[in-house]
Amino acid sequence: MAGRDLRLDGITKTFGSFTAVDGISLDVPSGSFFALLGPSGCGKTTTLRMVAGLERPTRGRILLGDEDITDARPYRRPVNTVFQSYALFPHLDVFENVAFGLRRRRAGDVRAKVAEALELVELGHLARRKPSQLSGGQQQRVALARAVVNRPDVLLLDEPLGALDLKLRRQMQLELKRIQTEVGITFVHVTHDQEEAMTMADTIAVMNAGRIEQLGSPIDLYESPATAYVANFLGQSNLLPAAVADRSGASVLVDVDGGRIAVPADRCRSAGREVLVGVRPEKVQLERGGTPPAGMNSLSGGLVTDASFTGTSTQYVVQLPSGRQLTAFAQNTGRATVLPVGCSVTVCWEAAHTFGLDGAEDAAAGIETPDGPATAVRSGVPDEPTVADESRAQTTSAGRDGSA
Amino acid sequence: MSVTAVAAGTRAAAGAEGAPEEVRRGRRSTPYLLLLPGMAWLVLFFAVPVFALASLSLQTRVPGAEIGVYTQTFRWANYSDALTEYAPQFIRSFLYAGLATVLCLAIGYPLAYAIALKAGRWRNLMLIAVIAPFFTSFILRTIAWRQVLADSGPVTSTLHTLHLLPAGTSLTASGTAVVAGLTYNFLPFMVLPLYASLERLDPRLIEAAGDLYATAPVGFRRVTLPLSMPGVVAGTLLTFIPASGDYVNAALLGNPSTQMIGNVVDSRFFRIVDYPTAAALSFVLMAAILLLVTFYIRRAGTEELV
Repeated sequence: MAGRDLRLDGITKTFGSFTAVDGISLDVPSGSFFALLGPSGCGKTTTLRMVAGLERPTRGRILLGDEDITDARPYRRPVNTVFQSYALFPHLDVFENVAFGLRRRRAGDVRAKVAEALELVELGHLARRKPSQLSGGQQQRVALARAVVNRPDVLLLDEPLGALDLKLRRQMQLELKRIQTEVGITFVHVTHDQEEAMTMADTIAVMNAGRIEQLGSPIDLYESPATAYVANFLGQSNLLPAAVADRSGASVLVDVDGGRIAVPADRCRSAGREVLVGVRPEKVQLERGGTPPAGMNSLSGGLVTDASFTGTSTQYVVQLPSGRQLTAFAQNTGRATVLPVGCSVTVCWEAAHTFGLDGAEDAAAGIETPDGPATAVRSGVPDEPTVADESRAQTTSAGRDGSA
Repeated sequence: MSVTAVAAGTRAAAGAEGAPEEVRRGRRSTPYLLLLPGMAWLVLFFAVPVFALASLSLQTRVPGAEIGVYTQTFRWANYSDALTEYAPQFIRSFLYAGLATVLCLAIGYPLAYAIALKAGRWRNLMLIAVIAPFFTSFILRTIAWRQVLADSGPVTSTLHTLHLLPAGTSLTASGTAVVAGLTYNFLPFMVLPLYASLERLDPRLIEAAGDLYATAPVGFRRVTLPLSMPGVVAGTLLTFIPASGDYVNAALLGNPSTQMIGNVVDSRFFRIVDYPTAAALSFVLMAAILLLVTFYIRRAGTEELV
């Protein structure tokens, strides 16, 4: 079945004086797995509901292939939704829930199609159960089968895994991806979970305050964030304000914290004098004394103020001479020991891993949890460095790994 | 004392060894204690009177004695006599009550739907408006309907003007007036349970139906209506049962040919002082309603829902 591309053209939705969605334009190619990622209230669900026909855009058009579906009623659209709370019909059994759409369209061969959809989600044996007799994960699968069975041009998923526990969520992420590949339907997936979006989607649109901040593949977004918001919302970032010193070469040279570092020119999005220099914590290495390897960006005079051992890695907070803090993740490869708190280090990373953002941006934009490690970058008053005590440092920050 | 021990935390409870045992025994008797007032009330004011009524329904008049003196003779023919004599009133009662119930449902469902799903911030005000008639006397409100339906009143004159009512006929003292009164008086009993079940309805289910190619009417028939059936069943029962035993509406708005069974019981009891017939009629009414309701609930199958 050749599906049609979904296109949003300057979609705006206002509720009274509040603008929920502010002029979004998107192209979702047929057969792709597309994620709308953003915190609650960013307009992602409203966007989805407009595609489903449950809300009418204030301005803009929604196209499916060449067909304008902006004003089409929900039941006229070849679009189905997996609702956040599943919205299964409690008075119908699993079979009838899945058959609902087929029966409304008077499709032939309902029995076989439903059976096939239930096989797809591995629930064939529960066809005669009522939704209330199913677990959360099973209900989620029924909701998926109920939508997929209609073979819509676009399948919309509104935080479909939000109500599931972590373990089940991981399992369902892989399963959703498998099902999408198997049926080849375009999936548009709304989530606030960046890991979920990165695991499943081919393309992610990061949304903030009704607009799209950046659109690209998970790797693009992660490795080359365009804004501080994206840099902080997708994983963690170290963002340091810097001043441009030399723009002539293939790399922009900037002064930061008494050191001079290089940002590849094509990764520097600032044309002015002020730049926010960024690097991901796992790219940062800590060198204890000695000179850093040549060709790397390095900042000397760092002091380890926190070291949290999480098993797979150790998360360090390093205070630079300026008082700014920087986070570094050291993979537990067994080759290095955990550095003690109070230890002097030089921080260094490959110049190619550096990115430069507009210096006028707020370095804390997009940080979700106020006590997450990423906030350390902006906090002006670091803790007093304590006497090196490895075991203490490990225990004090045991709770941190949850926010990583 | 045991409560405070529990509140003080596990350590305190573990310290006072007897406490947990005491708590458990206390909890086991709680349901019975809670049932006690209700049970006592039922026995005193329902079970005993029903038994007395049953005994009364089989008595016969003492020959030569004063009016109202009866003796127990176990005369079962009281029942067949009452039934044959008052069959028309029985049939009329169920007909009027049935009509009133259907009208209440037709008026009450859209109303309850609007209050539950569309009223927004007006919801509470509208609910109060539904209950507000209860603030004044039932009798007065029913008498007011005489004015509403009077020959010179707005309803009758409008119907005459529109030629929907033949000239010279009036609405007062008619079967129409009785059904109208019943409908009016029992409407809140239909609206409130309907509202309760519609209010619980997740609006996302209606959205989901639309998303799955159901037009609004189909979505209503396949999702909203089945999910509100508990309210429909409760509402129709709460309307039909009291309406079939009602005598106020027929007495105030009807005429001798629109008498319902309630009026017959009333006159047998208080005017003619024929206690056994009145008691027998009451029992027949009770049995008939019980039968109808059982059949109805079987058909509606409420336990299947949610």
